[in-house]
Amino acid sequence: MSDPHHQEVTHFAFDAESEAQIAKIIARYPEGKQASAVIPLLYVAQKQMGRLTGSAWVPRVAMDAVAVKLGMAPIRVYEVATFYFMFNTKPMGRFHLQVCGTTPCWLRGSDEVLRACKDAGHLKGYGDTSEDGLFTLSEVECLGACVNAPILQVDDDYYEDLDYARTVELIESLKRGERPKPGSTIGRQTSAPEGGPTVLLDIPLKEPAIVVGRKGEA
Amino acid sequence: MAKVTIDGIEVEVPNGASVLQACEAAGKEIPRFCYHERLSVAGNCRMCLVEVEKAPKPVASCAYPVADGMKVFTDSPMVRNARRNVMEFLLINHPLDCPICDQGGECDLQDQAVAYGRDASRYREGKRAVKDKYLGPLVKTIMTRCIQCTRCVRFATEVAGVPELGATGRGEDMQIGTYVEKALTTELSGNLIDVCPVGALTSRPYAFVARPWELRSADSIDVLDAQGVNIRVDTRGPEVLRILPRTNEDVNEEWMADRGRFSFDGLKRKRLDRPWIRQDGKLRPASWQEALEHIAAKLKGLPGDRIGAVAGDLVDAESAFALKSLMAALGSRNLDCRQDGARIDGTRREHYLFNSGIAGIDEADALLIIGSNPRKEAPVLNARIRKKWASGTLAVAHIGPRDIELTYNAEHLGEGASALNALLDGSHAFAKLLSEAKRPMIILGRGAVAREDGAAVLAAAWALANQVGALTPEWNGFNMLHLFGGQVGALDAGFLPGEGGQDLAGMLSGGVDALWLLGADGFEPGFIAPGTFVVYQGHHGDRAASRADVILPGAAYTEKEGTYVNTEGRVQRGRLAIFPPGEAKEDWRIIRAAGAALGVDLPFNTLEDVRAGMVAANPVFGLVDGRIAGGVTNTRGPQAGGTLSDVAFKPAITDYWLADSISRASEVMAECSRIYNAPPLAQAAE
Amino acid sequence: MALSDKDRIFTNLYGLHPWNLREAMRRGNWDGTAAIIAKGRDWIIEELKQSGLRGRGGAGFPTGMKWSFMPKSSPDGRPSYLVVNCDESEPGTCKDRDIIRHDPHTLIEGCLIAGVGMGAHAGYIYVRGEYFNEHVVLQAAIDEAYEAGLLGKNAAGTGWDFDLYVHRGAGAYICGEETALIESLEGKKGMPRLKPPFPAAVGLYGCPTTVNNVETIAVVPEILRRGASWFASFGRPKNSGTKVFCIQGHVNKPCNVEAEMSIPMRELIERYAGGVRGGWDNLLAVIPGGSSTPLLPKSICDDVLMDFDALREHKSGLGTAAVIVMDKSTDLIKAIARLAQFYKHESCGQCTPCREGMGWQKRLMDRMVEGRADVAEIDVLESVTRQIEGHTICALADGGVWPVQGLIRHFRPMMEERIAAYHAKKTGGAMPLAAE
Repeated sequence: MSDPHHQEVTHFAFDAESEAQIAKIIARYPEGKQASAVIPLLYVAQKQMGRLTGSAWVPRVAMDAVAVKLGMAPIRVYEVATFYFMFNTKPMGRFHLQVCGTTPCWLRGSDEVLRACKDAGHLKGYGDTSEDGLFTLSEVECLGACVNAPILQVDDDYYEDLDYARTVELIESLKRGERPKPGSTIGRQTSAPEGGPTVLLDIPLKEPAIVVGRKGEA
Repeated sequence: MAKVTIDGIEVEVPNGASVLQACEAAGKEIPRFCYHERLSVAGNCRMCLVEVEKAPKPVASCAYPVADGMKVFTDSPMVRNARRNVMEFLLINHPLDCPICDQGGECDLQDQAVAYGRDASRYREGKRAVKDKYLGPLVKTIMTRCIQCTRCVRFATEVAGVPELGATGRGEDMQIGTYVEKALTTELSGNLIDVCPVGALTSRPYAFVARPWELRSADSIDVLDAQGVNIRVDTRGPEVLRILPRTNEDVNEEWMADRGRFSFDGLKRKRLDRPWIRQDGKLRPASWQEALEHIAAKLKGLPGDRIGAVAGDLVDAESAFALKSLMAALGSRNLDCRQDGARIDGTRREHYLFNSGIAGIDEADALLIIGSNPRKEAPVLNARIRKKWASGTLAVAHIGPRDIELTYNAEHLGEGASALNALLDGSHAFAKLLSEAKRPMIILGRGAVAREDGAAVLAAAWALANQVGALTPEWNGFNMLHLFGGQVGALDAGFLPGEGGQDLAGMLSGGVDALWLLGADGFEPGFIAPGTFVVYQGHHGDRAASRADVILPGAAYTEKEGTYVNTEGRVQRGRLAIFPPGEAKEDWRIIRAAGAALGVDLPFNTLEDVRAGMVAANPVFGLVDGRIAGGVTNTRGPQAGGTLSDVAFKPAITDYWLADSISRASEVMAECSRIYNAPPLAQAAE
Repeated sequence: MALSDKDRIFTNLYGLHPWNLREAMRRGNWDGTAAIIAKGRDWIIEELKQSGLRGRGGAGFPTGMKWSFMPKSSPDGRPSYLVVNCDESEPGTCKDRDIIRHDPHTLIEGCLIAGVGMGAHAGYIYVRGEYFNEHVVLQAAIDEAYEAGLLGKNAAGTGWDFDLYVHRGAGAYICGEETALIESLEGKKGMPRLKPPFPAAVGLYGCPTTVNNVETIAVVPEILRRGASWFASFGRPKNSGTKVFCIQGHVNKPCNVEAEMSIPMRELIERYAGGVRGGWDNLLAVIPGGSSTPLLPKSICDDVLMDFDALREHKSGLGTAAVIVMDKSTDLIKAIARLAQFYKHESCGQCTPCREGMGWQKRLMDRMVEGRADVAEIDVLESVTRQIEGHTICALADGGVWPVQGLIRHFRPMMEERIAAYHAKKTGGAMPLAAE
């Protein structure tokens, strides 16, 4: 992984874990409509690459494997893989640092999050992978957690309400092999206002009168 | 039907028609880039916007269905404005390289910019540059010029049936290409150039060769396959510079195959441009007079039944007819135009034509292909089969090599002719499917009858057609697919052994002392018995010329007025585009002159005389641009003989790119052959 | 009168309680579902029409009417589909996220009822790819519902078979457009389809389909339980109900909150989000309904109501009710330029005006941020936005130019000042010509 950008991948086959996921995924769609599974299968391929090589990306041969699996023309898979932003078509660092730079996060200081990522992750800027292969830095568009801005997404996890110091702290703990709990970094209750909710404090709870459905049927 | 008013003109169009079609019906031209009437509707270029009464926004006319009572305006301020605006967007990232662009002068974008462009650009930002893509040896790409209309993607996917081209990435970074830099595996790639409305996809062999206004054009017929694709031959001075398809809905719609389009550089190479005589075992240049006198000296004194003639695959019907006339005058009945040895029964046209017509494919609902790979033998016809198949209303099965890729799904029934037995005795399910079809169709490859049991195959295919109801007074679904443009014309001219005459095999094996080869390059000349005096009349120094004792330089199809009959029996004419090179002459004239040298007075002095003679001999030649259509009233089959064998059908065309003498002389085709026949392991090095 | 907790539909918006089925039932979800469904499809649609519910995804189309477009029978045997749009990507919007991770059973119950209401036996919930952890919760809640017989054959004892699936997107804002979403769900690039035909006729897999926003579907059970008039009692006529607002930017306490429609913007911000940073007078402008809705200067914010019609009167919109507050420290030009960058990034590239125009707009805006432009180019910018608007297949392009139009409409002098300042610094005051 010393130089991920020059890594050649000439072979890809789904492993047993992926195959098990694929079987479940394809079952979600009507018969003959298995092309619907192309995005989920590209995820499976990307995750498998991450699991096996530490670099979660989709090499071309993996796109071909998806095409074979779903009976699609390879070009249709290439189109999908390059259209959707979450598929990495180049090798990645072990952790994908995704800074939301859209206006709601920018208003709350996403520039500081970016600066912290560069400083702590030893990254030159967006698109860069650190020399130790640990981090790849990307700018992403609105992550949809704007009342907890600014946000840094690490792989699948959102870290919220960040500032420079807390971002550095997060990256340092990733380096140490720790995985801090996702969510607000200032202890907020999810999307409730800082300091605690002012509504939804008085929700009447009752025991369900009946339990519906098969399990409840006598 | 729906009544629609376009700019005050009322027209009636079918329900479901688009506003654009309604506008065209009213005679209003609507500018468009992405819309192409033979491709699915994309609606993305936004150039065809029109105003529809009560609609708040301009609508894309190509995609908007008409409604009864609709009022459309194609030249309102809203429309003109919208088009000007779209044009500005198209141009901001389009390079200003028209002076060095091969599309210049015939570019939709250039033309529309004249109508809707601004006089100055307001765009002060950096322009987009896009890396060129490799699509193969025939199509050159300059992708910065691409306007992302996706016509090429839709053509490759829908018409050519090779889903290898796509638009990857998104937004302004969206790029057209294969993503993996490989040659498109289609025989129809030249059409990508035609459908591209800008200079993004241009002809690689034609790159920087000429400007369209320097060219002269002659309408002609592609003879390199038997479909009879209507073409336009563009020339400058004595050179053919490019060949483009013409629209003919019944024949080729507007498509053309690559070999016909791109092999014309072969017209300049390995040409026979003067007569030659073999002297002391070596060929030496000679004058016309010498050559003809030499022939006369050799032939005079020979009895007619010791003289024979073979017509080649690319010959015009006039030459075949003229040579047949000469042979008749010399007392010879030894004629054959079946160089491949096809066991064709020439007694009735129905036995050797693609009787349903090419357009009949649009009606077929079940198709059996016997011993043919239409994709290699007639790529445009194959695309028509694909179109019908893609509509979901055609079931296809084939007998022949298992691994052929037809661009549509076809059930494989067996490798050899004996697979027909299971259909004839009804034991295979596809027989039922054919029987139940309204318009069952059988395509019999010419290659399928060019073998030992050819007569049996032909008879069995006819019998099957009869059995499944493909031969009715309304419909004739028995279709032979020929391979080259001269084959059916020669059959129609009766260039076959006469009563007691010898066929090709007989003539080759010492049955004659003198053999006249009219463009006959289709067989190994080594088969000609030693001692046979051989006259080769033709345009290329291909296989047969090397065996000739006298060479008479003839004209290629671009260099003469010629009649060609396509596989469906359509009589069409090609016009002279350039003159034959050097001392070469139109072929009927050569034969006329040879007759004179032999002391035979052939009854024609002009081309019109030849043609009148052809029509007198076979009235079908009078149906120029037409064909005899309709069903069968006489279901009597061709002469049977022998039994069906288990021997697997072989491809009639082994290398698509080098299948005829013109292509074998073409460097462009040689490169295609090299690239497309390369072993697939080359891919690993990508 | 502020909305009281008893009138809030999303009782677990903040995740104060477990999301699981048992707890959801204790909060009132899945209460009498079978009885509601027993009243039939027509009743459901009529009740929704009476409630005044309008789509919560941004366009505000009346929900009952939308459902009524679905075919009543299927002579050709095509099934109907419910598709739930959880591709929540409009900058500023983060309400559906809370619904699927904290209150998933409001949505699942809503899907079953919607399935009945539109004659669909299957539904797909399209969740934006980035909501990975959220989709895990939603899937678990669906699994639970299956386990309890609330989904699947004879769902919730209603006699109606209903299957529900989660499908993740992969990072494309355009997939929030309903036909792009359908394309994506079919395994293609998210490129919007030409309309007509509309999804109710030809949608997912060529079958009749209705695409609804998460919040729209999730409020349906409670509306039907409590009655149309209850829901309609909140907000102004035609703008009725409760609504989850996302209040963010330069406020003291950003948060999501369910409040009544037509609440004054100032009250919304001050009551629930701790007010504007530095006080109301420090307010510069507000983007009232997600990035596509044109910003409003403070003068309008002072008394504007938060509903469809009031905001439209001011040439903006309620959109997704994502309230992005910007105080006087904001570089407003940069804030809007960043949105222009967003739309350039998210344009699918299909239509010429959007593909080419979004880049042009973004690059012009970037120069406006610096002031490195000519004053006349503000007019060019405006004209570029007008050329894009209304000329494309879908509404992304419209939404992508409105923010810039809003900026020019309300803050043109600010842009001119920026240009003047740039040239003053550069040339000592002399204004170069456009063709520099």
